[in-house]
Amino acid sequence: MTDLLKTPLFDLHVSLGAKMVPFAGYDMPVQYPMGVMKEHNHTREQSGLFDVSHMGQVKIRAKSGDTRDAALALETLVPMSIAGVAANRQRYAFFTNDAGGILDDLMVANRGDHLFLVVNAACKDADIAHMRAHLSDVCDIEVIEDRALLALQGPASEIALARLSVDVAAMKFMDVVTTEILGAECWVSRSGYTGEDGYEISVPNNKAVKLAEALLGMEEVAPIGLGARDSLRLEAGLCLYGNDIDTGTTPVEAALTWAVQKIRRTGGDRAGGFPGADVILAQFDDGAARKRVGIQPAGRAPMRGGTALFASETSSDQIGEITSGGFGPTVQAPVAMGYVPTELAAIGTEIFAEVRGKRMPATVAAMPFTPANFKR
Amino acid sequence: MKFTEEHEWLRKDGDIVVVGITTHAAEALGEIVFVELPDADTEVAKDDDVVVIESVKAASDILAPLDGEIVEVNEALVENPGMINDDPQEGAWIFKMKLSDPSEMDALMDEDTYKAHIA
Repeated sequence: MTDLLKTPLFDLHVSLGAKMVPFAGYDMPVQYPMGVMKEHNHTREQSGLFDVSHMGQVKIRAKSGDTRDAALALETLVPMSIAGVAANRQRYAFFTNDAGGILDDLMVANRGDHLFLVVNAACKDADIAHMRAHLSDVCDIEVIEDRALLALQGPASEIALARLSVDVAAMKFMDVVTTEILGAECWVSRSGYTGEDGYEISVPNNKAVKLAEALLGMEEVAPIGLGARDSLRLEAGLCLYGNDIDTGTTPVEAALTWAVQKIRRTGGDRAGGFPGADVILAQFDDGAARKRVGIQPAGRAPMRGGTALFASETSSDQIGEITSGGFGPTVQAPVAMGYVPTELAAIGTEIFAEVRGKRMPATVAAMPFTPANFKR
Repeated sequence: MKFTEEHEWLRKDGDIVVVGITTHAAEALGEIVFVELPDADTEVAKDDDVVVIESVKAASDILAPLDGEIVEVNEALVENPGMINDDPQEGAWIFKMKLSDPSEMDALMDEDTYKAHIA
Protein backbone atom coordinates (compact mmCIF):
# COMPACT_ATOMS: atom_id res chain seq x y z
CA MET A 1 0.00 0.00 0.00
CA THR A 2 1.32 3.43 -0.88
CA ASP A 3 1.69 6.03 1.83
CA LEU A 4 -1.35 8.16 2.40
CA LEU A 5 -1.02 11.87 1.79
CA LYS A 6 -1.63 14.26 4.66
CA THR A 7 -3.29 17.66 4.53
CA PRO A 8 -1.76 20.60 6.43
CA LEU A 9 -4.39 20.00 9.14
CA PHE A 10 -3.43 16.36 9.78
CA ASP A 11 -1.80 16.97 13.17
CA LEU A 12 -4.73 19.15 14.24
CA HIS A 13 -7.21 16.37 13.36
CA VAL A 14 -5.23 13.87 15.40
CA SER A 15 -4.97 16.26 18.35
CA LEU A 16 -8.75 16.76 18.21
CA GLY A 17 -9.22 13.00 18.57
CA ALA A 18 -10.36 12.35 15.00
CA LYS A 19 -10.71 8.84 13.67
CA MET A 20 -8.60 8.91 10.50
CA VAL A 21 -9.41 6.83 7.41
CA PRO A 22 -7.98 6.55 3.90
CA PHE A 23 -10.00 8.61 1.41
CA ALA A 24 -8.92 9.30 -2.18
CA GLY A 25 -5.30 8.69 -1.24
CA TYR A 26 -5.38 10.96 1.82
CA ASP A 27 -5.51 10.20 5.52
CA MET A 28 -8.71 12.08 6.41
CA PRO A 29 -10.91 12.51 9.51
CA VAL A 30 -14.12 10.47 9.19
CA GLN A 31 -15.38 11.65 12.58
CA TYR A 32 -14.34 13.38 15.77
CA PRO A 33 -15.26 12.37 19.33
CA MET A 34 -18.62 14.20 18.93
CA GLY A 35 -19.74 11.41 16.54
CA VAL A 36 -21.34 11.47 13.08
CA MET A 37 -24.88 12.23 14.15
CA LYS A 38 -24.05 15.10 16.49
CA GLU A 39 -21.59 16.51 13.95
CA HIS A 40 -24.34 16.42 11.34
CA ASN A 41 -26.82 18.17 13.63
CA HIS A 42 -24.25 20.72 14.75
CA THR A 43 -23.66 21.70 11.11
CA ARG A 44 -27.40 22.13 10.47
CA GLU A 45 -27.87 24.17 13.66
CA GLN A 46 -24.58 26.03 14.17
CA SER A 47 -21.40 25.86 12.09
CA GLY A 48 -19.14 22.99 11.12
CA LEU A 49 -15.53 23.17 9.95
CA PHE A 50 -14.47 20.63 7.32
CA ASP A 51 -10.99 19.99 5.97
CA VAL A 52 -11.41 19.54 2.23
CA SER A 53 -7.77 20.18 1.38
CA HIS A 54 -7.64 16.86 -0.47
CA MET A 55 -9.65 18.44 -3.27
CA GLY A 56 -7.83 19.82 -6.28
CA GLN A 57 -7.41 23.57 -6.76
CA VAL A 58 -6.52 24.74 -10.25
CA LYS A 59 -6.10 28.13 -11.90
CA ILE A 60 -6.75 28.56 -15.61
CA ARG A 61 -5.40 31.70 -17.21
CA ALA A 62 -5.80 32.67 -20.87
CA LYS A 63 -2.50 33.20 -22.69
CA SER A 64 -4.20 36.19 -24.37
CA GLY A 65 -4.81 37.78 -20.97
CA ASP A 66 -8.55 37.85 -21.62
CA THR A 67 -10.36 35.58 -19.15
CA ARG A 68 -13.22 35.18 -21.62
CA ASP A 69 -10.80 33.21 -23.84
CA ALA A 70 -10.11 30.84 -20.94
CA ALA A 71 -13.85 30.54 -20.31
CA LEU A 72 -14.59 29.72 -23.94
CA ALA A 73 -11.76 27.17 -23.94
CA LEU A 74 -13.15 25.49 -20.81
CA GLU A 75 -16.56 25.41 -22.49
CA THR A 76 -15.10 22.85 -24.93
CA LEU A 77 -14.89 20.42 -21.96
CA VAL A 78 -18.05 21.25 -19.97
CA PRO A 79 -21.68 21.86 -21.04
CA MET A 80 -21.92 25.03 -18.94
CA SER A 81 -21.87 28.68 -19.84
CA ILE A 82 -18.50 29.56 -18.36
CA ALA A 83 -18.25 32.80 -20.34
CA GLY A 84 -21.51 33.71 -18.60
CA VAL A 85 -20.00 33.49 -15.13
CA ALA A 86 -19.55 37.12 -14.04
CA ALA A 87 -16.40 38.24 -12.26
CA ASN A 88 -16.47 37.22 -8.57
CA ARG A 89 -19.10 34.57 -9.20
CA GLN A 90 -18.94 30.76 -9.19
CA ARG A 91 -20.87 28.02 -10.99
CA TYR A 92 -21.32 24.23 -10.66
CA ALA A 93 -19.97 22.31 -13.67
CA PHE A 94 -18.93 18.86 -14.85
CA PHE A 95 -16.51 17.49 -17.40
CA THR A 96 -18.23 15.17 -19.90
CA ASN A 97 -16.81 12.43 -22.13
CA ASP A 98 -17.60 11.54 -25.74
CA ALA A 99 -20.29 9.06 -24.64
CA GLY A 100 -22.07 11.81 -22.69
CA GLY A 101 -20.90 10.44 -19.33
CA ILE A 102 -19.52 12.55 -16.50
CA LEU A 103 -15.75 12.54 -15.86
CA ASP A 104 -15.95 14.68 -12.71
CA ASP A 105 -18.01 17.47 -11.21
CA LEU A 106 -16.43 20.71 -10.10
CA MET A 107 -16.83 24.36 -9.19
CA VAL A 108 -15.64 27.09 -11.53
CA ALA A 109 -15.11 30.63 -10.22
CA ASN A 110 -14.36 33.73 -12.29
CA ARG A 111 -11.68 35.50 -10.27
CA GLY A 112 -11.20 38.36 -12.71
CA ASP A 113 -7.89 37.63 -14.39
CA HIS A 114 -8.26 33.85 -14.18
CA LEU A 115 -10.70 30.98 -13.59
CA PHE A 116 -10.38 29.04 -10.35
CA LEU A 117 -11.53 25.42 -10.28
CA VAL A 118 -12.12 23.06 -7.37
CA VAL A 119 -12.25 19.40 -8.44
CA ASN A 120 -12.72 16.09 -6.63
CA ALA A 121 -9.67 14.56 -4.94
CA ALA A 122 -10.08 11.16 -6.58
CA CYS A 123 -10.30 12.71 -10.07
CA LYS A 124 -7.86 15.59 -9.80
CA ASP A 125 -4.90 14.00 -11.58
CA ALA A 126 -7.09 12.89 -14.46
CA ASP A 127 -8.84 16.27 -14.61
CA ILE A 128 -5.55 18.15 -14.75
CA ALA A 129 -4.20 15.86 -17.49
CA HIS A 130 -7.49 16.30 -19.38
CA MET A 131 -7.28 20.09 -19.19
CA ARG A 132 -3.59 20.16 -20.09
CA ALA A 133 -4.28 17.96 -23.12
CA HIS A 134 -7.15 20.08 -24.42
CA LEU A 135 -6.64 23.63 -23.18
CA SER A 136 -2.86 24.17 -23.26
CA ASP A 137 -2.87 25.96 -26.63
CA VAL A 138 -5.04 28.73 -25.25
CA CYS A 139 -4.50 28.56 -21.48
CA ASP A 140 -1.93 28.09 -18.78
CA ILE A 141 -3.03 25.46 -16.28
CA GLU A 142 -1.62 26.06 -12.80
CA VAL A 143 -2.17 23.42 -10.13
CA ILE A 144 -2.30 25.05 -6.70
CA GLU A 145 -0.27 22.86 -4.34
CA ASP A 146 0.48 25.45 -1.64
CA ARG A 147 -3.08 25.98 -0.43
CA ALA A 148 -5.41 24.13 1.90
CA LEU A 149 -9.18 24.26 1.52
CA LEU A 150 -11.53 24.60 4.48
CA ALA A 151 -15.32 24.52 4.38
CA LEU A 152 -17.31 26.33 7.05
CA GLN A 153 -20.94 25.25 6.80
CA GLY A 154 -24.11 25.98 8.70
CA PRO A 155 -26.30 28.93 9.67
CA ALA A 156 -23.81 30.42 12.15
CA SER A 157 -20.95 30.36 9.64
CA GLU A 158 -21.46 33.99 8.60
CA ILE A 159 -21.28 35.22 12.19
CA ALA A 160 -18.16 33.14 12.77
CA LEU A 161 -16.20 34.04 9.65
CA ALA A 162 -17.26 37.70 9.73
CA ARG A 163 -15.28 38.06 12.97
CA LEU A 164 -12.15 37.40 10.92
CA SER A 165 -13.02 39.24 7.69
CA VAL A 166 -15.30 42.19 7.10
CA ASP A 167 -15.80 41.14 3.47
CA VAL A 168 -17.69 37.88 3.87
CA ALA A 169 -21.00 38.94 5.43
CA ALA A 170 -22.19 40.78 2.32
CA MET A 171 -21.48 37.82 0.02
CA LYS A 172 -24.42 35.99 -1.54
CA PHE A 173 -24.61 32.30 -2.50
CA MET A 174 -21.96 31.54 -5.15
CA ASP A 175 -20.13 34.85 -4.73
CA VAL A 176 -16.33 34.70 -4.50
CA VAL A 177 -13.95 37.24 -2.97
CA THR A 178 -10.28 37.60 -2.16
CA THR A 179 -9.92 38.75 1.42
CA GLU A 180 -7.26 38.87 4.11
CA ILE A 181 -7.93 36.61 7.08
CA LEU A 182 -5.46 36.55 9.99
CA GLY A 183 -2.82 38.03 7.73
CA ALA A 184 -3.28 35.49 4.93
CA GLU A 185 -4.71 36.07 1.47
CA CYS A 186 -7.77 33.82 1.30
CA TRP A 187 -9.97 32.99 -1.67
CA VAL A 188 -13.47 32.62 -0.29
CA SER A 189 -16.64 31.40 -1.97
CA ARG A 190 -20.08 31.35 -0.39
CA SER A 191 -20.89 27.75 -1.23
CA GLY A 192 -20.52 24.23 0.05
CA TYR A 193 -21.72 20.65 0.01
CA THR A 194 -24.21 20.46 2.86
CA GLY A 195 -27.30 22.34 1.68
CA GLU A 196 -26.55 24.97 4.31
CA ASP A 197 -25.26 28.51 4.01
CA GLY A 198 -21.52 28.63 4.37
CA TYR A 199 -18.12 29.24 2.83
CA GLU A 200 -15.22 27.45 1.24
CA ILE A 201 -11.91 29.08 2.06
CA SER A 202 -8.70 28.53 0.12
CA VAL A 203 -5.90 29.44 2.51
CA PRO A 204 -2.08 29.16 2.21
CA ASN A 205 -0.87 25.83 3.66
CA ASN A 206 1.26 27.56 6.28
CA LYS A 207 -1.71 29.62 7.55
CA ALA A 208 -4.32 26.84 7.47
CA VAL A 209 -3.86 25.59 11.03
CA LYS A 210 -4.00 29.12 12.42
CA LEU A 211 -7.28 29.77 10.58
CA ALA A 212 -8.78 26.42 11.61
CA GLU A 213 -7.82 26.97 15.25
CA ALA A 214 -9.26 30.50 15.23
CA LEU A 215 -12.56 29.19 13.88
CA LEU A 216 -12.63 26.17 16.22
CA GLY A 217 -12.04 28.54 19.13
CA MET A 218 -15.45 30.10 18.47
CA GLU A 219 -18.44 28.80 20.35
CA GLU A 220 -20.46 28.16 17.18
CA VAL A 221 -17.84 26.10 15.36
CA ALA A 222 -17.04 22.39 15.73
CA PRO A 223 -14.83 20.14 13.57
CA ILE A 224 -16.81 17.84 11.27
CA GLY A 225 -15.60 14.67 9.55
CA LEU A 226 -16.31 12.96 6.25
CA GLY A 227 -19.05 10.82 7.81
CA ALA A 228 -21.31 13.79 8.51
CA ARG A 229 -20.23 15.43 5.25
CA ASP A 230 -21.78 12.43 3.48
CA SER A 231 -25.06 12.42 5.41
CA LEU A 232 -25.37 16.22 5.02
CA ARG A 233 -24.88 16.13 1.25
CA LEU A 234 -27.21 13.14 0.91
CA GLU A 235 -30.05 14.95 2.71
CA ALA A 236 -29.29 17.96 0.49
CA GLY A 237 -29.73 15.75 -2.59
CA LEU A 238 -26.21 16.48 -3.82
CA CYS A 239 -24.35 13.94 -5.94
CA LEU A 240 -21.19 12.22 -4.81
CA TYR A 241 -18.95 11.63 -7.80
CA GLY A 242 -18.17 7.92 -8.15
CA ASN A 243 -21.43 6.94 -6.41
CA ASP A 244 -24.30 8.90 -7.93
CA ILE A 245 -22.61 10.13 -11.11
CA ASP A 246 -19.74 8.69 -13.13
CA THR A 247 -18.69 8.00 -16.71
CA GLY A 248 -21.72 5.71 -17.07
CA THR A 249 -24.31 8.38 -16.24
CA THR A 250 -25.29 11.32 -18.42
CA PRO A 251 -26.31 14.72 -17.05
CA VAL A 252 -29.90 14.11 -18.17
CA GLU A 253 -30.04 10.71 -16.48
CA ALA A 254 -28.49 12.26 -13.38
CA ALA A 255 -31.20 14.97 -13.23
CA LEU A 256 -28.53 17.65 -13.54
CA THR A 257 -30.18 19.40 -16.49
CA TRP A 258 -30.54 22.54 -14.34
CA ALA A 259 -26.74 22.85 -14.45
CA VAL A 260 -26.66 23.11 -18.27
CA GLN A 261 -27.49 26.68 -19.23
CA LYS A 262 -29.84 27.29 -22.19
CA ILE A 263 -27.07 28.93 -24.20
CA ARG A 264 -25.30 25.52 -24.44
CA ARG A 265 -28.45 23.58 -25.38
CA THR A 266 -29.92 23.11 -28.85
CA GLY A 267 -30.95 26.52 -30.18
CA GLY A 268 -28.60 28.40 -27.86
CA ASP A 269 -25.91 30.79 -29.13
CA ARG A 270 -23.13 28.44 -27.99
CA ALA A 271 -25.03 25.15 -28.29
CA GLY A 272 -22.98 21.96 -28.15
CA GLY A 273 -19.24 21.99 -28.64
CA PHE A 274 -18.51 19.88 -25.54
CA PRO A 275 -17.69 16.15 -25.41
CA GLY A 276 -20.77 13.97 -25.82
CA ALA A 277 -22.93 16.91 -26.92
CA ASP A 278 -24.74 14.76 -29.50
CA VAL A 279 -25.81 12.24 -26.84
CA ILE A 280 -26.59 14.78 -24.14
CA LEU A 281 -28.51 17.26 -26.30
CA ALA A 282 -30.54 14.40 -27.86
CA GLN A 283 -31.51 13.36 -24.32
CA PHE A 284 -32.55 16.94 -23.56
CA ASP A 285 -35.01 16.66 -26.45
CA ASP A 286 -36.10 13.03 -26.16
CA GLY A 287 -35.54 12.27 -22.50
CA ALA A 288 -33.38 9.50 -21.07
CA ALA A 289 -34.48 5.97 -20.24
CA ARG A 290 -33.61 6.35 -16.56
CA LYS A 291 -33.35 9.12 -14.03
CA ARG A 292 -31.70 9.81 -10.69
CA VAL A 293 -34.39 10.32 -8.03
CA GLY A 294 -34.73 10.71 -4.29
CA ILE A 295 -35.90 7.55 -2.54
CA GLN A 296 -37.66 7.55 0.81
CA PRO A 297 -37.65 4.09 2.42
CA ALA A 298 -41.02 3.37 4.04
CA GLY A 299 -39.56 1.63 7.08
CA ARG A 300 -36.68 2.39 9.36
CA ALA A 301 -34.10 0.22 7.62
CA PRO A 302 -31.47 2.27 5.76
CA MET A 303 -31.12 1.37 2.06
CA ARG A 304 -27.46 1.77 1.18
CA GLY A 305 -25.59 2.25 -2.08
CA GLY A 306 -25.72 -0.87 -4.28
CA THR A 307 -29.19 -1.95 -3.10
CA ALA A 308 -31.23 -3.39 -6.00
CA LEU A 309 -34.58 -1.77 -6.86
CA PHE A 310 -37.71 -3.49 -8.17
CA ALA A 311 -41.08 -2.28 -9.47
CA SER A 312 -43.09 -4.54 -7.17
CA GLU A 313 -42.76 -6.87 -4.22
CA THR A 314 -42.60 -9.92 -6.49
CA SER A 315 -41.24 -8.83 -9.90
CA SER A 316 -38.05 -10.58 -10.91
CA ASP A 317 -36.50 -7.90 -13.12
CA GLN A 318 -34.31 -5.39 -11.34
CA ILE A 319 -35.24 -1.86 -12.46
CA GLY A 320 -32.39 0.11 -10.95
CA GLU A 321 -30.10 0.59 -8.02
CA ILE A 322 -29.60 2.85 -5.03
CA THR A 323 -26.39 4.83 -5.46
CA SER A 324 -26.26 6.55 -2.05
CA GLY A 325 -28.26 5.87 1.05
CA GLY A 326 -28.17 5.93 4.79
CA PHE A 327 -29.82 7.43 7.82
CA GLY A 328 -30.66 11.13 7.62
CA PRO A 329 -30.16 12.62 11.08
CA THR A 330 -32.13 15.80 10.25
CA VAL A 331 -34.94 13.90 8.54
CA GLN A 332 -34.80 11.35 11.39
CA ALA A 333 -35.38 8.59 8.85
CA PRO A 334 -33.48 6.70 6.20
CA VAL A 335 -32.96 8.57 2.92
CA ALA A 336 -31.47 7.47 -0.39
CA MET A 337 -31.01 8.34 -4.03
CA GLY A 338 -30.68 6.12 -7.05
CA TYR A 339 -31.64 5.44 -10.65
CA VAL A 340 -35.05 4.21 -11.81
CA PRO A 341 -36.68 3.94 -15.25
CA THR A 342 -38.07 7.34 -16.25
CA GLU A 343 -41.64 5.98 -16.26
CA LEU A 344 -41.21 5.18 -12.55
CA ALA A 345 -39.50 8.47 -11.68
CA ALA A 346 -42.60 10.49 -10.74
CA ILE A 347 -42.61 11.66 -7.14
CA GLY A 348 -44.82 9.37 -5.07
CA THR A 349 -44.23 6.23 -7.16
CA GLU A 350 -43.96 3.16 -4.95
CA ILE A 351 -40.94 0.95 -5.60
CA PHE A 352 -39.23 -1.85 -3.69
CA ALA A 353 -35.66 -2.33 -2.58
CA GLU A 354 -34.16 -5.70 -1.77
CA VAL A 355 -32.50 -5.41 1.63
CA ARG A 356 -30.96 -8.62 3.00
CA GLY A 357 -33.11 -10.71 0.68
CA LYS A 358 -36.37 -8.98 1.61
CA ARG A 359 -38.36 -6.59 -0.55
CA MET A 360 -38.93 -3.39 1.39
CA PRO A 361 -41.25 -0.62 0.12
CA ALA A 362 -39.97 2.85 -0.69
CA THR A 363 -41.31 5.94 -2.42
CA VAL A 364 -39.77 8.14 -5.10
CA ALA A 365 -39.32 11.42 -3.23
CA ALA A 366 -38.49 15.04 -3.98
CA MET A 367 -34.96 16.21 -3.21
CA PRO A 368 -33.53 17.86 -1.24
CA PHE A 369 -34.83 15.90 1.76
CA THR A 370 -34.07 18.95 3.91
CA PRO A 371 -34.76 22.48 2.61
CA ALA A 372 -31.73 24.31 1.26
CA ASN A 373 -30.67 27.21 3.45
CA PHE A 374 -28.59 29.35 1.10
CA LYS A 375 -28.13 33.11 1.32
CA ARG A 376 -29.55 34.21 -2.04
CA MET B 1 -21.15 -12.04 32.61
CA LYS B 2 -19.47 -13.85 29.69
CA PHE B 3 -18.22 -12.45 26.39
CA THR B 4 -17.75 -13.67 22.81
CA GLU B 5 -15.14 -12.76 20.22
CA GLU B 6 -18.02 -11.17 18.28
CA HIS B 7 -18.37 -8.60 21.09
CA GLU B 8 -21.55 -9.92 22.61
CA TRP B 9 -22.16 -10.30 26.32
CA LEU B 10 -24.22 -13.09 27.91
CA ARG B 11 -25.69 -12.96 31.39
CA LYS B 12 -27.36 -15.92 33.13
CA ASP B 13 -30.84 -15.19 34.43
CA GLY B 14 -32.29 -18.39 35.88
CA ASP B 15 -32.43 -20.97 33.09
CA ILE B 16 -32.16 -18.43 30.28
CA VAL B 17 -29.34 -16.14 29.15
CA VAL B 18 -29.70 -12.47 28.26
CA VAL B 19 -27.61 -11.33 25.25
CA GLY B 20 -26.48 -7.89 24.10
CA ILE B 21 -23.48 -6.17 22.56
CA THR B 22 -20.60 -4.77 24.54
CA THR B 23 -19.90 -1.12 25.25
CA HIS B 24 -16.79 -1.52 23.10
CA ALA B 25 -18.90 -2.78 20.16
CA ALA B 26 -21.50 -0.02 20.57
CA GLU B 27 -18.79 2.64 20.55
CA ALA B 28 -17.15 1.14 17.47
CA LEU B 29 -20.46 1.00 15.58
CA GLY B 30 -21.34 4.63 16.26
CA GLU B 31 -24.88 5.95 16.65
CA ILE B 32 -27.28 3.08 16.04
CA VAL B 33 -30.33 4.01 13.94
CA PHE B 34 -31.99 0.69 13.13
CA VAL B 35 -32.43 -2.72 14.75
CA GLU B 36 -34.07 -5.73 13.13
CA LEU B 37 -34.97 -8.44 15.62
CA PRO B 38 -35.80 -12.10 15.02
CA ASP B 39 -39.14 -13.57 16.07
CA ALA B 40 -39.27 -14.96 19.57
CA ASP B 41 -39.40 -18.78 19.61
CA THR B 42 -36.74 -19.11 16.90
CA GLU B 43 -34.35 -22.07 16.99
CA VAL B 44 -30.82 -20.87 16.25
CA ALA B 45 -27.41 -22.44 15.77
CA LYS B 46 -24.16 -20.81 16.89
CA ASP B 47 -23.03 -18.13 14.39
CA ASP B 48 -26.45 -17.82 12.67
CA ASP B 49 -27.20 -14.20 11.74
CA VAL B 50 -30.02 -13.33 14.11
CA VAL B 51 -30.10 -9.54 14.44
CA VAL B 52 -29.22 -6.66 12.10
CA ILE B 53 -27.93 -3.44 13.62
CA GLU B 54 -27.39 -0.40 11.45
CA SER B 55 -25.45 2.61 12.59
CA VAL B 56 -24.91 5.92 10.82
CA LYS B 57 -21.89 4.21 9.27
CA ALA B 58 -22.83 0.67 8.27
CA ALA B 59 -24.90 -2.46 8.81
CA SER B 60 -23.68 -5.22 11.12
CA ASP B 61 -24.99 -8.68 11.86
CA ILE B 62 -25.29 -10.00 15.37
CA LEU B 63 -24.66 -13.75 15.51
CA ALA B 64 -26.21 -16.32 17.77
CA PRO B 65 -23.52 -16.85 20.43
CA LEU B 66 -24.40 -20.51 21.01
CA ASP B 67 -27.00 -23.10 19.94
CA GLY B 68 -30.44 -22.69 21.47
CA GLU B 69 -33.83 -21.00 21.17
CA ILE B 70 -34.53 -17.31 21.22
CA VAL B 71 -37.38 -16.91 23.71
CA GLU B 72 -37.78 -13.12 23.95
CA VAL B 73 -36.58 -10.03 22.07
CA ASN B 74 -36.27 -6.45 23.31
CA GLU B 75 -38.96 -4.77 21.22
CA ALA B 76 -38.15 -1.38 22.77
CA LEU B 77 -35.01 -1.26 20.60
CA VAL B 78 -37.07 -1.12 17.40
CA GLU B 79 -38.59 2.21 18.41
CA ASN B 80 -35.45 3.47 20.11
CA PRO B 81 -32.29 1.95 18.57
CA GLY B 82 -30.12 4.59 20.25
CA MET B 83 -30.66 2.78 23.59
CA ILE B 84 -27.86 0.46 22.48
CA ASN B 85 -25.44 3.39 22.55
CA ASP B 86 -26.78 4.72 25.84
CA ASP B 87 -26.94 1.53 27.87
CA PRO B 88 -25.47 -1.37 25.88
CA GLN B 89 -24.65 -3.72 28.74
CA GLU B 90 -27.85 -3.36 30.78
CA GLY B 91 -31.13 -1.85 29.52
CA ALA B 92 -30.39 -2.42 25.85
CA TRP B 93 -30.27 -6.22 26.02
CA ILE B 94 -31.17 -7.56 22.59
CA PHE B 95 -32.60 -11.04 23.06
CA LYS B 96 -32.99 -13.80 25.63
CA MET B 97 -32.26 -17.40 24.75
CA LYS B 98 -32.51 -20.85 26.20
CA LEU B 99 -29.25 -22.65 25.50
CA SER B 100 -29.28 -26.19 24.10
CA ASP B 101 -26.31 -26.96 26.34
CA PRO B 102 -25.95 -24.41 29.18
CA SER B 103 -22.47 -25.71 29.99
CA GLU B 104 -21.18 -24.27 26.67
CA MET B 105 -21.34 -20.86 28.26
CA ASP B 106 -18.44 -21.78 30.54
CA ALA B 107 -16.07 -21.84 27.56
CA LEU B 108 -16.72 -18.16 26.72
CA MET B 109 -14.44 -15.33 27.86
CA ASP B 110 -14.77 -13.79 31.29
CA GLU B 111 -14.62 -10.03 31.66
CA ASP B 112 -10.85 -9.82 32.20
CA THR B 113 -10.13 -12.04 29.21
CA TYR B 114 -12.48 -9.95 27.05
CA LYS B 115 -10.83 -6.73 28.19
CA ALA B 116 -7.46 -8.17 27.21
CA HIS B 117 -8.99 -9.31 23.89
CA ILE B 118 -10.07 -5.77 22.92
CA ALA B 119 -7.03 -4.00 24.37
